[in-house]
Amino acid sequence: MLKVRIIPCLDVKDGRVVKGVNFVDLRDAGDPVEAAKAYDAAGADELCFLDITASHENRAIIFDVVSRTAEACFMPLTVGGGVREIGDIRKLLLAGADKVSINTAAVLDRAFVGRAAEKFGSQCIVVAIDAKSVAPGRWEIFTHGGRRPTGIDAVEFAREVVALGAGEILLTSMDRDGTGQGFDVALTRAIADAVTVPVIASGGVGTLDHLVEGVRDGGAAAVLAASIFHFGTYTIGEAKRHMASHALPMRMN
Amino acid sequence: MNVAIIDYGSGNLHSAAKAFERAAADNAVAAKIAVVSDADDLRKADRIVLPGVGAFRDCRDGLEAVAGMREALEQEIIRRGKPFLGICVGMQLMAERGLEHGEAQGLGWIAGDVVAIEPRDKSYKIPHMGWNTLEALKRHTLLEGIPTGTEGRHAYFVHSFHLRAGNRDDVIAETDHGGAVTAMVGRDNLVGVQFHPEKSQALGLALIANFLRWMP
Repeated sequence: MLKVRIIPCLDVKDGRVVKGVNFVDLRDAGDPVEAAKAYDAAGADELCFLDITASHENRAIIFDVVSRTAEACFMPLTVGGGVREIGDIRKLLLAGADKVSINTAAVLDRAFVGRAAEKFGSQCIVVAIDAKSVAPGRWEIFTHGGRRPTGIDAVEFAREVVALGAGEILLTSMDRDGTGQGFDVALTRAIADAVTVPVIASGGVGTLDHLVEGVRDGGAAAVLAASIFHFGTYTIGEAKRHMASHALPMRMN
Repeated sequence: MNVAIIDYGSGNLHSAAKAFERAAADNAVAAKIAVVSDADDLRKADRIVLPGVGAFRDCRDGLEAVAGMREALEQEIIRRGKPFLGICVGMQLMAERGLEHGEAQGLGWIAGDVVAIEPRDKSYKIPHMGWNTLEALKRHTLLEGIPTGTEGRHAYFVHSFHLRAGNRDDVIAETDHGGAVTAMVGRDNLVGVQFHPEKSQALGLALIANFLRWMP
């Protein structure tokens, strides 16, 4: 039986982990490769790097980070942030990323998802959707960290990008992100029911029960979290044991 | 011992090469791992690995596009019997035909077709993406020391199609995703795995080490 995945996400800026990772005996908590190795050893099911580098001249640093991570960690790695062109995807895959997540570029031009999937295969194309509730049972896509509305319906958009070849949806509730109040379960359920591909729930995890809710109630195939793991509030092992105790299929070895 | 990982433009092979190097080092196997994109280099290898990501037809076309590679593979693997490991689409290429985006011919080493996974209900998402256990149908050197079954170790899968073997005896292991999905096939000096050993942590490194020591 396929297991539910737990995916720690590291925000990387100019080649450094933003805010650092506060657990185990890392020699350098700001080094994404060190953090990746620690999560690998801790039993994370996948890793996600979100590159939030703003300056153009530092954009290439992420390729080196990905390459060094892939050499040290024999586990799947998704990289997103600033992916605009087919060439960006190629460079990340060649550096050693297994999957590349596309966000704004997919909103601006849905056909980009189709071109990417055709070129590299659906299995490595993740579309990241940032959505906000705008009415009961209705969510809209927002860009620019949740500040800019697009008028695009999130459920409809998810269906479209999957039809174009997206192999997975990384769904973030911008209402919940950073609040620690739990996933937007209704949003997660609406998207998971609308598409045939796996949905990763993201945004709002504060407790281990939230992880359970995202899968059991939201229908997510995987859960992504950052701060609860980075700040050492919970370990990956604790999260897995908790989810397993709620009858969710987890990889314990 | 020389191990060749074939590069035919199907994605990054650096991490695969690193996983083979790690497995060799951890198990004191003297192996030189080379990523090769040339038929002459392939002939120098003692063991051959064919990776592959993306669509069946693209991979097949990519392999055909390398001058002399198809002939070198037939000669070294089928006629000379060198140990061979196909990974993901590299495993699927061992079949007679692929049925992804129309019909395409495979290498024809394992009887059967590569067909879409058809789970019993819609709650099973496609691609089959993530960690799953293996159900061994027979003993095989590559699975030695690796716990299988529902309480066993996990392998990392990411695929929407799988090899439906024409000869049940060629299936070494299956996994379950709303029905049986082919996880591992093989006969004689040939073996293919649908999952990614280079991404499968402990199980992957153990399987690679077994491949490096395998004397079919």
